Order: sequence, then C-alpha cells, then structure tokens
Amino acid sequence: MANPLKCDLCSKPATVHLTQIVNNKVHKVDLCEECAQAKGVTDPSGFSLADLLLKASLNPEPSAAGMRCESCGFTQTDFKKHGRFGCPVCYETFSALVEPMLDSMHKGTVHTGKVPQRALTRKTLHERLSKLELDLNAAIKAERYEDAARCRDEINQVKQSIAQAPAR
Amino acid sequence: MTIESLIDTPSELTDSASSKTAIVLMTRIRLARNLAGTPFPGWAKPAQRSEIFDLCRGAVASTTPMKKSLAIGVQELSELEKQILVERHLISRELSGSKAGSGFVINKDQTFSVMINEEDHLRIQVLRCGFQLKKAWNSINDLDTALEEQLDYAYSPKLGYLTACPTNLGTAMRASAMMHLPALVIANQMEKVVRAVNQLGMVVRGLFGEGSDASGSIFQISNQTTLGETEDEIIKRLGSVLSSIIEHELNARQKLLEADAGKLFDKIGRAYGILQNSHVLSSSEAMNLLSLVRLGVDLSIFPDETRSIVDRLLIEAQPGHLQHAQKRRVRAWSARFASRRATPRRVCEFHAPQLQFHRRRGELSL
Repeated sequence: MANPLKCDLCSKPATVHLTQIVNNKVHKVDLCEECAQAKGVTDPSGFSLADLLLKASLNPEPSAAGMRCESCGFTQTDFKKHGRFGCPVCYETFSALVEPMLDSMHKGTVHTGKVPQRALTRKTLHERLSKLELDLNAAIKAERYEDAARCRDEINQVKQSIAQAPAR
Repeated sequence: MTIESLIDTPSELTDSASSKTAIVLMTRIRLARNLAGTPFPGWAKPAQRSEIFDLCRGAVASTTPMKKSLAIGVQELSELEKQILVERHLISRELSGSKAGSGFVINKDQTFSVMINEEDHLRIQVLRCGFQLKKAWNSINDLDTALEEQLDYAYSPKLGYLTACPTNLGTAMRASAMMHLPALVIANQMEKVVRAVNQLGMVVRGLFGEGSDASGSIFQISNQTTLGETEDEIIKRLGSVLSSIIEHELNARQKLLEADAGKLFDKIGRAYGILQNSHVLSSSEAMNLLSLVRLGVDLSIFPDETRSIVDRLLIEAQPGHLQHAQKRRVRAWSARFASRRATPRRVCEFHAPQLQFHRRRGELSL
C-alpha cells in the first residue's frame, strides 16, 4: 500500500478499521493491533465507540494547543491525558476543541432537554439585585432622589421574590 | 441507617420480582450533575472535594425521598461492604475505588442512590423493578428538581448540564434496562441484536456494565448519546427498542418450543438438577443455571413464586454477597457453640434444594 492508514491513537500503521453507524452518521476509526486490543475493540460487548472517537478527535487540533482554563488551570494536555475536563468553565475555554467533537459523539449539538428553571431564576434575581443596589448607590451619590426611590422599591420587590423562591 | 441494616432491608432489586418482571428485570435512570464554579471531582483538590461532599450530602439527605437513608463516605466502608453495594448496582466500581471525599446516599428501599464525587459531583440514580421507564423518569426528575432548589448546577443553555466527560453533556441522562434474554442467547441471535441495537444509538452491556460478561443471559441496554434530544425523546426511543427486543425474545422462545420443546425442558430440568445436587459451582455457572430455571418459571415449569427466589439468588450468588453471608454464618456458629451439624440453610421453595453457597478459593459450593 502506498499510503497506509495510521492508528488514530498512536500513529502506528492501522490494521483494525471500524465503522459504526450512529443516527445515520458514519463514524470511522482506524487502529493498530495493540490499541485495538487495549481498547477492547475485539470484544464488541465492552467497548464504546464514543470514547474512542473522543480520544481520536483530540490529536489533530493544534489551534487550541497551549490553552489554559483561567478558572481551574486545566490545559489541553491534561484533557488529552484524562479525557475529562477540569471544571464547568473549561467548556468555554476549550469550546474550539469541544464543538467539532460533539457532532460525532451525540445526536445533536444543542441541548433541548430539561432546564434547571429554579436555579436559573434564582441566579437572575440575584444578579438583578446586585445591579439595583449599584444603581441605588449611584443615584444617591448624584442626588437623583426620584431614581433612588424607584430603585429602592424595585429592590424590595426583588427581595420579596427571592424570599418566595426557595432559599439557597 | 447502618450498612448492615441496609443490606438486610428488603429492597426493590432483591424483593420485587413478579410476572411483570419476566424479561425486563429492572429499569434504571441516572443523571449526572455538577456544581457551578467548582472543579469536577477528578480535578478538585482534596479540601475542595471534602467541601463538595459535605455540601452535597447535606442537600441530598434533606430531600423527601432520602429522609431514611444511609449517607456515608467510601473510606468508612470495608472492601466487602463496597462490593455488596456494587453487586446491587447501588454504587459504581469507580466510586468504590475512589479516594477520600467521595461517598453516597442510599435510601431505605434502595430505589434511590446518589453518588457524590464519582466522575461528576452528583450521580443521581433511580432503580425500579420491571419495565418502568416513565415512572422512573418522573421520580428521578422530582428528586433532581428538589436538589436544584438547594444547589447551583453547572448548566449552559447550549450544552445543557455540564459534565466532566463531554460524552455525557446535554441531558446527562443514562436510562437503562436490565433484560433476561435466554432464548436469544440459546438461539445464537444476540450478536445480531447487539448490532441492530447499536445502529439505533443504544448500547448493550453485560450485567455489571462496561467490560463485564453476560453470564446468566442478562444484558443492560442503555442510550449512548445524551445531547440533542429531550429526556422524553430518549426514553421513548429506548422504550421502543426494549419493546422490540422483548418481542424478539418471545419469538425466539416460541421457536425453541416449536422446534424441540423436549430439548428445552431437558436443559431446564438439568439446570435445576445441578443446582439441587452439585457441590461446587463457579459464580458464572451458577448464574447460567439460575437463568435457565428463571426461563422455566416463565414457561410455567416452576411456580411463579420461584422467580423471586431465583432473582434473589442471582444477586446473592455474587462473590461479595457470598462472603458476607459466610462471615455471618461463622459468627452465628460460634455464638451457638458450633453444634455438629449447624447447616446454614437458604430455603428454596422448589422441593428439597436448600441452596447454600460458600466461597472457597474463588469458587462457590452449593
């Protein structure tokens, strides 16, 4: 063969070629003998193609190399090693890495399921409250007492909604 | 609650068998959840891990379904106790091997278990006997909503619930059913079924998840993908896959009976004979024989009550349960001054077989 396929995991010549059709999409993985053994590909009951696709898609992604999550210090190398992220913020930091992966891994790329409504409402209310408090201080400083009064009323309202919503 | 009393309490898994659980033994749903602004368990520092553990344990234990529960750290348990919980599908092997700061909360009838600091901060699981995907989803959804009132989940409108591994993003839900498919195994059709199910985006695994074998002809079927579909859609899709597997299994049984009923009955009778009279059985042999007796119950060769005995034995024939039972017997014997023939008896209703297992060098004797 002129140009033998290389293993997706270790770049030795690939001898095991896997094709799986998930949700009408064709996914191909090429592996060398050793990696195929190690990943349990020879035993069809115990291996997950999603995991393999995840590992394989990590290799050709130079653009995100050297990035580091500001929130937790996680790097792309860490992800290659563990196959897991460091913290929720990593998904923003490494979005360039995650997005191409999702298509082959999942049925869609956008969440359509359950929304943690109460938690989100709580978050919005708290954000609104801190903004109003800032506005209030600014209004008092600038002696805009009408604005200040309006802010105070609104703050009371938001506080009431927070009290009605289950407390943290 | 203590671990001892949890093991002894009748549970959903060990005590709910009926004709309704003939092919689908049980349904499980798990949700992965993480706290916003906190590193995932695998990346968190020990101090953060124990902080997360305390926060989550408090929140989980305060919800209504978990009022009576066992909430404990993994290091507080012996290896044997952890193994028993793994064999009951209440905690994962990963959790049982985790370091300090991991633990779980399990409620009294063992329908709910919440693992803390496994791969994600929370792994919430509901377990129901039989084919009850909808019911299971409703109850786990309620528990999740109750937890949401106390905990700030990591969530993104686009990617859904954020999980340590991107393969769980979105709903972060894995719904699965444990199925007993002896006729498909006897007829050599399982490979075909596995392939077809894979193409529908579902995964087939052995009794104890990834990498485990399918002894006892028991398989777990679950959804592979979690992002891009609602929970209801996933459950509906899984449900229709399960229904069609049930149909195939029933057809395979019918064909076996039509082709040579005598041969099948002979196989079942021999399995029963071995269970009754043999002295040494490996764990997987015991599973396979019990599986045949279970098929015998479905075919009305044995009375319906036998099913719950078989189902209980399928769990109690696991190494951890055997060791635990053996330990107790030793204690009981010494307490009773070791009367010469203090034979421990596990009473089974069909005729004489007093199935007793004990573990010796990795083997079971019966």
